[in-house]
Amino acid sequence: MNTRNLILFALVGVLYIATGMFQSWNLALNILNIGLLSAIMALGVNMQWGFAGLFNTGIMGFAALGGLAVVLVSAPPEPGGWAMGGWGILTGLAFGAAVIAFATWLYRRLGKGPVRTLVLFAVLGGGYFAYRAILDPATAAVESFNPAVAGNIGGLGLPSLLAWPLGGVMAAIAAWAIGKIALGLRSDYLAIATLGIAEIIIVVMKSEDWLARGVKNMIGLPRPWPVPYEVDLQQTPAFLEWAANWGFDPAAASSILVKLVYALLFGTILLGVIWLSEKALNSPWGRMMRSIRDNEVAAEAMGKDVTRRHLQVFVIGSAVIGFAGAMMTSMDGQLTPGTYNPLRFTFLIWVMVIVGGSGNNWGAVLGGLLIGWLWLIVESLGPGVMQMLTLGLGEGPLKAHLIESAPHMRLLTLGVILLLVLRFSPRGLIPEK
Amino acid sequence: MDILNALVTFLNFVVVPATAYGAQLALGALGATLVYGILRFSNFAQGDTMAFGTMITILMTWWLQSLGVSFGPLPTALLALPVGIAVTALFLLMTDRVVYRFYRAQRAAPTILVIVSLGVMFVMNGLTRIIIGAEEQNFADGARFLITAGEFKTWSGLDEGLAIRASQAITVVTAIIVVAWLFWFLNKTRTGKSMRAFSDNEDLALLSGINPDHVVRITWIIVAALATIAGVLYGLDKSFKPFTYFQLLLPIFAAAVVGGLGNPLGAIAGGFVVAYSEVLVTYAWKKVLGYLLPADLAPDSLVQLLSTDYKLAVSFIILIIVLLFMPTGLFKGKSG
Repeated sequence: MNTRNLILFALVGVLYIATGMFQSWNLALNILNIGLLSAIMALGVNMQWGFAGLFNTGIMGFAALGGLAVVLVSAPPEPGGWAMGGWGILTGLAFGAAVIAFATWLYRRLGKGPVRTLVLFAVLGGGYFAYRAILDPATAAVESFNPAVAGNIGGLGLPSLLAWPLGGVMAAIAAWAIGKIALGLRSDYLAIATLGIAEIIIVVMKSEDWLARGVKNMIGLPRPWPVPYEVDLQQTPAFLEWAANWGFDPAAASSILVKLVYALLFGTILLGVIWLSEKALNSPWGRMMRSIRDNEVAAEAMGKDVTRRHLQVFVIGSAVIGFAGAMMTSMDGQLTPGTYNPLRFTFLIWVMVIVGGSGNNWGAVLGGLLIGWLWLIVESLGPGVMQMLTLGLGEGPLKAHLIESAPHMRLLTLGVILLLVLRFSPRGLIPEK
Repeated sequence: MDILNALVTFLNFVVVPATAYGAQLALGALGATLVYGILRFSNFAQGDTMAFGTMITILMTWWLQSLGVSFGPLPTALLALPVGIAVTALFLLMTDRVVYRFYRAQRAAPTILVIVSLGVMFVMNGLTRIIIGAEEQNFADGARFLITAGEFKTWSGLDEGLAIRASQAITVVTAIIVVAWLFWFLNKTRTGKSMRAFSDNEDLALLSGINPDHVVRITWIIVAALATIAGVLYGLDKSFKPFTYFQLLLPIFAAAVVGGLGNPLGAIAGGFVVAYSEVLVTYAWKKVLGYLLPADLAPDSLVQLLSTDYKLAVSFIILIIVLLFMPTGLFKGKSG
């Protein structure tokens, strides 16, 4: 960290402080928490892109898997729903996995030719119908159980903190499967395949009601361990006394305190991830990764298994994204598959990485905090600014339309920022050393 | 009789919609594959180029409608189409001048260009939403049907009807004309030949005196035309919504990859492979099977392999199968 980088971080800090002073501290902290989460995701992307040159456009999907993990781990159990068909669903999924494993084994075992194709078709086709025959009655039964408030298999009722590593693991498994298929082919294929898997994950989460209630949303997920509830705080005498001593309004103070605790929790994890990835980047492993990125042919000539290393770093980066996705769902206290939008979850993170400085962990963090702030501040200020800009216009459909379209302005702004940075400062704000 | 009824049901619910959708995808995939072949990157802005071109066409259509101009039984949007193409072409040429040319001169890695196209996607997406909004727009007018189900029933005396919507017929006819013209252009004209040469071997093409800037300009103009036509046809057939157009990126890429990235013929085949698979897999076969099977064997369930929510999954599965078993696609695209 040299002086220049410290100044950059200080400037971003000033942005947050100014938001707190001129808007509200609540908003500033809210943006900070989302910025911290985005920074962790950006670190995950930076491992894939900055260390290894892999282009992942499925960030949204991996983050959503993390959110799903939160539901599965920390949502209250739904014994009624589970009893209706929980085991049937597990059997169905296990059967599906077994069919795929068997087909893979057959594919490796049988020689190339029409016989293999026919056998595989029969196994996979028959397996699919059998899988649906096992799964469908079970899911229908679960979904029919009390659909207004439940209709799902419920979670394990365990602490939310446990869900975060599981979110990482689930994202890692998805990343492994997709990487196994798309890595080692042309570089664009990974981008296209990850774009696809992200859409599929969201579609599954939207339409499989038995899993996490689909578009009916999971609400009321418990908070992670150290974070208190505002209502509890407002009934704690010690807190009330402390607030009164300082002259704070207890309601506002409790909401700010909760956000501060989140910020501390997320900040600690962020520092942990930075520390680990700095260690990794400066280890022999990190140097090998960068050498593969810079010259695959030379690295291969030195005996490095490029595809394997790519798969490795792709899985690790995706796990970090899944971890952060789980944290985000824990903080929101709800899982709403409808809100996962590739522009917000995938491409915004990309802008953070590129603007911050690809290949540099601190750059990714700076980008996360800066672009996260920009994205959310424009959301809250945009309509007002548009109102001011159109003050001279007479009332009419044009003015109404312009004010209404203010939220879309940020897509345009981000696009222009991304293009400008790529063109004039492709190494980002904090370049790779 | 039952067999005929089954056939008509199949035609009505599978063949007709899938053919129209396939033609739209094929045009979109042709645009993506041309960019890939000549400019050598996967253009993530393809879906939003379609949305942008369609938006211009819709605005023009509204203007024409307000003047009272109509195209008889055909949709007014077809009259507005040339303007849509021209504006989109200008926009793409400008983007190339301001954005892509710099990286081409540097001979930047394809991944960098993909990220750059991501930036262009943001800009086009934002512009489209600012100008026309993010909501759904319907701009089809003119005759609604070529044949209605009722007319077909009285004509044939069958229980099942076959409806062909005007938009579907227009889609197929337009697609045939466009594709025929494109292949004539690529194979017979001097510019088309130089484009193919450039796509096959850039260095050799440059050596033989082909002007790269000219080739690139023509490519962008053709891509603008293909994207706008595909987008307008899709919008006439279904409806226009910017986010839906963005999501078309996946089936379009799947189609281009199935056919072999960079191969125009492959892109067309790929478009139909993706569209037919999508419709066949998400179609509920209950009715067709009800006609074909004896009454006691007729299925009770819908006999639907995947629910329609999983349309996108079909493109994805096709993509995965191709990547696993024949990464160069059906028609041997560029694999290197």
